[in-house]
This record gives sequence, C-alpha cells and structure tokens, in this order.
Amino acid sequence: MPPLSLVIWVPILGGLAVLATGNDRNAPLARWLALVAAALGFIVSIPLYTGFDATTHAVQFEELAPWIYRFNVNYHLGVDGISMPFILLNSFTTLLVVIAGWEVIRKKVAQYMAAFLIMSGLINGVFAALDAVLFYVFFESMLIPMYLVIGVWGGPNRVYAAFKFFLYTLLGSLLMLVAFIYLYFQAGNSFEILDYHKLAIGMTAQELLFVAFFLAFAVKVPMWPVHTWLPDAHVEAPTGGSVVLAAITLKVGAYGFLRFSMPIVPDASHELAWFVITLSLIAVAYIGLVALVQADMKKLIAYSSIAHMGFVTLGFFMFNPLGIEGGLVQMISHGFISGALFLCIGVMYDRLHSRQIKDYGGLANRMPVFAAFFMLFAMANSGLPATSGFVGEFMVIMSATKVNFWFAFIAATTLIFGAAYTLWMYKRVVFGKVTNPHVEEMQDINKREFLILGVLAVCVLGMGLYPKPFTDVMHASVDNLIAHVGQSKLP
Amino acid sequence: MNFSLAELVPLLPEIFLLAMLSLILVVDTMLKDSQRTATYVFTLLTLAGCAWLTFSGHRTDPVHAFSGMFVDDTLADVLKLALYLAVAFMLVYSRSYLQARGLFKGEFYALTLFATLGMMVMISAGHFLTLYLGLELLSLSLYAMVALQRDSAVATEAAMKYFVLGAIASGMLLYGMSMVYGSTGSLMLSDVSVALQEGAGQKVPLVFGLVFIVAGLAFKLGAVPFHMWVPDVYHGAPTAVTLFISSAPKLAAFAFSIRLLVQGLEVLHTDWRDMLVLLAVLSMAVGNLAAIAQNNIKRMLAYSTISHMGFLLLGILAGSQNGYAASMFYSVIYALMSLGGFGIILLLARQGFESDELDDLKGLNQRSPWAAFLMLLLMFSMAGIPPTVGFYAKLSVLQAVVEAGLVWLAVVAVLFSLIGAFYYLRVVKLMYFDEPLQVAPIEAPGDMRLALSINGLAILALGILPGPLMGVCLIAVQSSL
Repeated sequence: MPPLSLVIWVPILGGLAVLATGNDRNAPLARWLALVAAALGFIVSIPLYTGFDATTHAVQFEELAPWIYRFNVNYHLGVDGISMPFILLNSFTTLLVVIAGWEVIRKKVAQYMAAFLIMSGLINGVFAALDAVLFYVFFESMLIPMYLVIGVWGGPNRVYAAFKFFLYTLLGSLLMLVAFIYLYFQAGNSFEILDYHKLAIGMTAQELLFVAFFLAFAVKVPMWPVHTWLPDAHVEAPTGGSVVLAAITLKVGAYGFLRFSMPIVPDASHELAWFVITLSLIAVAYIGLVALVQADMKKLIAYSSIAHMGFVTLGFFMFNPLGIEGGLVQMISHGFISGALFLCIGVMYDRLHSRQIKDYGGLANRMPVFAAFFMLFAMANSGLPATSGFVGEFMVIMSATKVNFWFAFIAATTLIFGAAYTLWMYKRVVFGKVTNPHVEEMQDINKREFLILGVLAVCVLGMGLYPKPFTDVMHASVDNLIAHVGQSKLP
Repeated sequence: MNFSLAELVPLLPEIFLLAMLSLILVVDTMLKDSQRTATYVFTLLTLAGCAWLTFSGHRTDPVHAFSGMFVDDTLADVLKLALYLAVAFMLVYSRSYLQARGLFKGEFYALTLFATLGMMVMISAGHFLTLYLGLELLSLSLYAMVALQRDSAVATEAAMKYFVLGAIASGMLLYGMSMVYGSTGSLMLSDVSVALQEGAGQKVPLVFGLVFIVAGLAFKLGAVPFHMWVPDVYHGAPTAVTLFISSAPKLAAFAFSIRLLVQGLEVLHTDWRDMLVLLAVLSMAVGNLAAIAQNNIKRMLAYSTISHMGFLLLGILAGSQNGYAASMFYSVIYALMSLGGFGIILLLARQGFESDELDDLKGLNQRSPWAAFLMLLLMFSMAGIPPTVGFYAKLSVLQAVVEAGLVWLAVVAVLFSLIGAFYYLRVVKLMYFDEPLQVAPIEAPGDMRLALSINGLAILALGILPGPLMGVCLIAVQSSL
C-alpha cells in the first residue's frame, strides 16, 4: 500500500470499526480498538519521514488515479517538505488525544474516539491532497467530526460554539470553492494544484483570488479580526477537541497560505502583504493584551494561540527563507506546546471541574509533578530559550528585522506579553496558599497523564535544543517556494 | 397519415403502466382490507415492469412517436428510471404510515400511478400540448392525494390552495403557449425551435408569451415569487404525500423546463436567462432565510425545496450542455435526499403522532444511532458539505455558472448556501446535542429500514464516487439535445 493512502485511510477505517462497537456497554473494547487504530495510524506515518528525500523540493510519495472523469478530478496525493511534518504531527497528536480521553470520556465513548480517528485521516488528506477538489473535500469534511465533538462532549455553551465554529469556517471555504472553479477554467479544465502554480493570471483576478483564499485561510488560522470563533470553540470543546483544534486545525489555515495563496497569486501576495502583516502584528500585540485579562484558562490559551499564529503568518509574508521556516517551526512547536497546555488544563479540569483561574491556587503543594510539567510548558509558551517556543519566534523576529525594524519591534513585544500572561496565570494557579478547600483533595497526575505530558515535554525540549531534524526536511521546499513567489505571474 | 403499431413501441412503458393501473383499479375493488397489501405489491411490480421496459427499450438516438408529439431519448429514459426508483422508495416508506392512519387504500396507489404516468408523459413530451397533458395528469392526481385525508381540515385547506394556485399556473402556461403558437404557427417543440431560428414572429409577443411560460414553470417548480403554495401544501398534506410531492415531480419539472426552454425556445435564451437569474436568486434568498424561522420540519423542508429549486435553475440558465447535465444531476440527487429526509420523518411517526415538529428529532442519536446517522448524512448532503453527494451536485452547478461567465452569481449562490447550512446544522444539533423528549422505541417494518439505509448510504457512496452518475447525466443531455 502506498504510504499516503495509508495515513489517510487507516485512521478513517479504524474510526468506522470503533463506531461499529456500538453503545457504551462495549466502551473498553472501543477504547482499545481506538488506541490500536491511532497507534497504527502513527506507525504508518513514520515511513514518510524516514523515506523522505530532503534534497529535493519535488513532491514525493506521489499517488495519482483518476477520480471524477467528467471534471478531470484526480485522486492525487503527494507531500513535500512543507506538508510532510504536519502529517506526522497530526498522527502523533491523535494518538495522544485517544490516550487523554481514556478515562475522562464516559458517555458515547465509541463515537468520541471514532470522531477523532476519522478527523485525523481527513486532516492527513488535507495535507496530502494535490488536487483542488480533493483538498476541498478533506478541508470541509473535517468540519463534521469537529462540529460533533464540540457539540456532543462540550461545555455548557457548546451549541453556540459548535455553530459558530462551523459557519465561520464554512464561510471562508465556500469562496475558496468558487476560486477553484474559476482557476479550473483558467488552467484549461484542470483541478491540479501544481498546474495552478504555473498559471499566469492578471492582476485583478489575482487580487480577487487572493481575497477568496485569504478569507478561507484567515478564518482557519485564525487571524484578527475573524478570530472570534476560536475562544468560544476552545472553551466549550472537550480537552481532546481543544488539543486537535489548537495543534492541528489551525495549521491547516497557515498551510493554505503556503500551498495556495503565495504560489498561485504571488503578485497579489506581494501587493497585499502589508495587509496580512498588519493583521498579524495586531494579533501578536493586541491579542497578547487580551490574553492577559482572561479569567478562564482555556480562553487564555486560546488567545495565546491566536497571538502565536500571528507570528506564523508574519513570518510567511516576510518572503524570505528564515521567515517561512521560522513560521513552519513555530507551527510545529505550537502544536506541541498548545496541545500540552490544553492537556494540562484538562488534567486540572478533570479533578476540580473548573477552568477559572480564581478557583485554583497553591497547586504546587498538592501536585508537584504536575506543577513541574506545567512549568515547562508555560515557559515554552512564553518563548524561553532551549524550548521549541523560542526557535520559531526567534527566526521570525530575525527575518522581520531584515525587512523592517518596526515589524520586528512590535513582534518582539510578544516576548514580554507572552511571558506576562502565561507566567501570571501559572503563578495564580500553582503558587500561593491553597484557598479553595477542593484543591486540598486533588491527586497528582497518574501514569497515563505522566506518559502523555512526558512525551510532549521531550518533544518541546528536543525541538528547542536541536531543531535541525525539523528544519532540514523543509529547506529545499521552502527555497523553491521563495524562488517561485519571487517571479511575477502577470501575463 | 399512416399509422403502424410499430410507432407504439417507444410508448411501451406508458402503455404497460396504464394497463396495469386499470387492472389494479378493478382488482382493488374486490379485495378486503386485510388483502390490501396485494395492491401495494402489484404497484411495486408495475414499476419494476416499467423499469424493465424502459431499460430494455433504450435506444441511443431519440425515437419519435405520433409524428413527434412523443419522444423517447436517453434523457427521458434516465429520468424515467430515476422516477420509478423514487416512486418505489416512496411507496416502501409510506406503507406503515398509511396503515396507521386508515389511508392504506387502493385510491392512494391508483393516484400514485396516475401521477407517475403524468410525469412520464411530461418527460417524454415533444409537443406543447403533450407537456400540458402530462402536467395536468400529474397535478390533478396530486390535488386529490393531498386531500386524501378528507377529515383533516389542514389537508383540505392545503388541497384547495394547491388546486386554485395550480389552476392559475396552468392557465398562465397555456396563455404563454398560445402566444408562442401565434408567433411561430406551431406547437411542436422542434418546429417552434426551427421557426424561431428562422426569425419567425415578432420579438414582443414572443417574449410576452415567454414571460407567462416562465411564470407557469416557476409555479410548478415552486420558485419565488410563485412559491406561496409550497409550505402550506407540504405542511398540510399527509407526510407520505409530501414525500411524494417533494421527490419525483422535481425530476419531471426538470424535464419540463428542459423541453420547454431548451428544446423549444433556446433561441430566446438571453431573454429567459435573465428571468431565471431573478427567480433563482430570489428562491435561494427566500427559501434559505424563511427556513430558519420554521419549527415544523415539513415546512422547513418546504422552504429548503424552494432554495434547492433556485440552485437547479442556476444550471439551466447557464445555457450549456454542461449546465443542463449539472441540473439534471442536481434534480436526481435532490429527489434522493428529499426521499430520505421525509423517510426519516415517516420512520419516527406512529399511530396518532406525526413527528413533524423539529423538537421531535431531539436526542435521536440516543434513541436510534443509525437513524440519526442517516439523517446526519442527508442534512449535510442538503447543505452541500462533502463527502456527501450534495456537494458534487452544487459543485457541478456552480461550475456551469462560472463557465457561463456569471462568477458573481456563483458567489451569491454559495453565500446563500452558507445561510442554508445553519438550519441543516440545527437538525443535526437536535439529534446529537440534545436530550430526547420521546423515549418510545422506534418501530418500523424491516423493508422500510432497509430502504432507508440504502437511501442514506447512497448519499455517502455517491459522494465518494460521483463520477458515473455525473457521466450518465452528461451523456443523456448530449445525446438528447
């Protein structure tokens, strides 16, 4: 079996098998089956890294089969250095999410596990698709399981959050669909993304296409001011949902900029870069301040995600290798860190059933091991050197300095704000006296939780100390992208 | 004029249906109520026979009968096969519902077959009058079916509305046809087309007639602003009849539009295109916005039908074979989705309980995960979310619209489908996020469960492999127009 089809279909078929175990009487079976499927999903994704040829920018592990003859749509898969790491990140996160939901999810276990497995396969499809319709199918179908995850297992205000999440993301993607159809005719009846990369397009058309793509991806990233769905969705989603949202689905939006906006409409991307940069800087600075005043921990991390993703888009639109690679590193690192932080909040929530900062305090007395892990991830979130959070931010700030000092200056405020909101939250939750009697009864993390947080801690530190394995695979593809974007496509 | 029996060959399915229908009418009078199932089985067998005749009598090139008043081409054959399938599914879904309400009578089956015959005539019409005859046969059967529950005031009111408005629409259609006849001197679709190409008739009376024809057509499709009857009829009619009205006749209405506008009046394309743009945009707007405000599923689906008809018109107005094929695909898929949607309502209904309020769907996932999953597929398909087939229906229509250079119209269409997504999502929310109000177990005969499962899974299967059906639609359009 070709590896890319495997990483897509193993989790999906596994999810269907889990679904078939039926109601909660078979919950243990559903859990174990889900674990096996997630583990298999991760195992089949490993050959993508080990067999990857980092010296070339060409797409690898390519698969091509005709799918819908009438519209010339193909089942065309392939990855390059930009998309490959995210498939691994996604398969890895799915495994963690399945373990994280092990004892916590008690109702409709099979449906919960199945939703995450199916979503994992669909997201792998998003990163692997090289045909626009195939991409769109994966891009939109992944909304369905996420909608259900938020709505069924979410918090009190879950219905509102689920609708907001779905409709917001649908708005952007529908315009992208029209853009694809337009490009289909421009490219002589082809839905091949790589054909679009070569296509000459006039300036007005480029600008309109840019707007269509921008809406689709900016909502997903999310960028200020279309970010408002994210805090709602995060707060209401169950822990697993928050982890996947933060670690993976946000990356889909940023990935879209690199795969669609920049190579297909390079001239408009240059022309409108100021717009994206402005929004990114607002996200970094303003959303950082917003995060400072949050009383709900999940909301705080959600806003922190928006600010960090602002860094990613900022790096991309600097149009230099350091910026783009910095953005990519930041995406992966943020996948680990935000996932870990949401899992930490999940650990606390499972014990106290509150996400309010004020309900905690003095946790270090009762849960020292947990407090240590939480400390590491909080530090990483504020960009401490030797953690993965530092690498990406540093690269982006460096690249911004080359372009414009003030961009770098505003971006660097994150090092202050990020540290401020993360560490202040940490202080209020972990240190001080125990004021809430319920905190007195809290147990430290068990083996399962230790395993998950431990693995993530290794990832965060490993990537912070030695990011080369991550950046090496990207070089060729990023360089090629820069060269491509540098050329005008005006007819 | 010479006449030979061989001329009747293309009509074999219609003749067979009529013969069987007469037989069923007679035999049914001799059956006791307990033997009524025989009528049901006979009706299904009749449809199967028709399907076999249509399938085996298929010719690649169009075959004409009665000097061209009746035409049997690939388009007609494909649509008729879809039609039999839709009617058969409807019969399977509605049996237990009808039994529980004392409507399980021979009349229902006879009227269904009459309506089917009417639709077959519409689909195969080559002449304005044949079209009209088929349409009236369909409409009169439907009026009677809506009023079948004669003690129900709501149903009677709905039937009256349907009848009065339908009669006005028919009158408008006839008036428009008479204007075309006056200008071109013929009622034969092919002759009208030739005459128009040669520049017969004056523009003003022709377009004047066209306006009436399009208005009559819009009435029958239920496009805004001629949609007033749709919600009331859908709501008032017994659910089994609503299921029927919302599925198979849409196939006939598509054929009707193609025969009239494309085969007869294609020369006036620029004129009717603008009218259809208006109808389509208004239908999508009113249908999607009004559906949000509904508490009754049948009314909600009625408004949803209106918006879907708007989408269907988009393909026709694109004015290319691609567009017609897209619309045809859309109409087949829509019939399939509508069947499933109302099928679920019928599944939940039982003695003395209609289950047509949105709240009745609450917590369906806990009562029956499988039914909830099927409804989930149907709702996402109606909203046009992949991987369900509704997405490809929308995609192909949008593709045709963009090909015709109407990018703005495509943008308008997707924005309204975004609004539409809200109320389909609400149904999913009720089923999955809410606690059930009803705890009664769902009872349904096995054949209905099986048919519903096939229906729902077809939505997904066609969504994963939409190519063949799309190809069939394109070939049908290419070889017939």
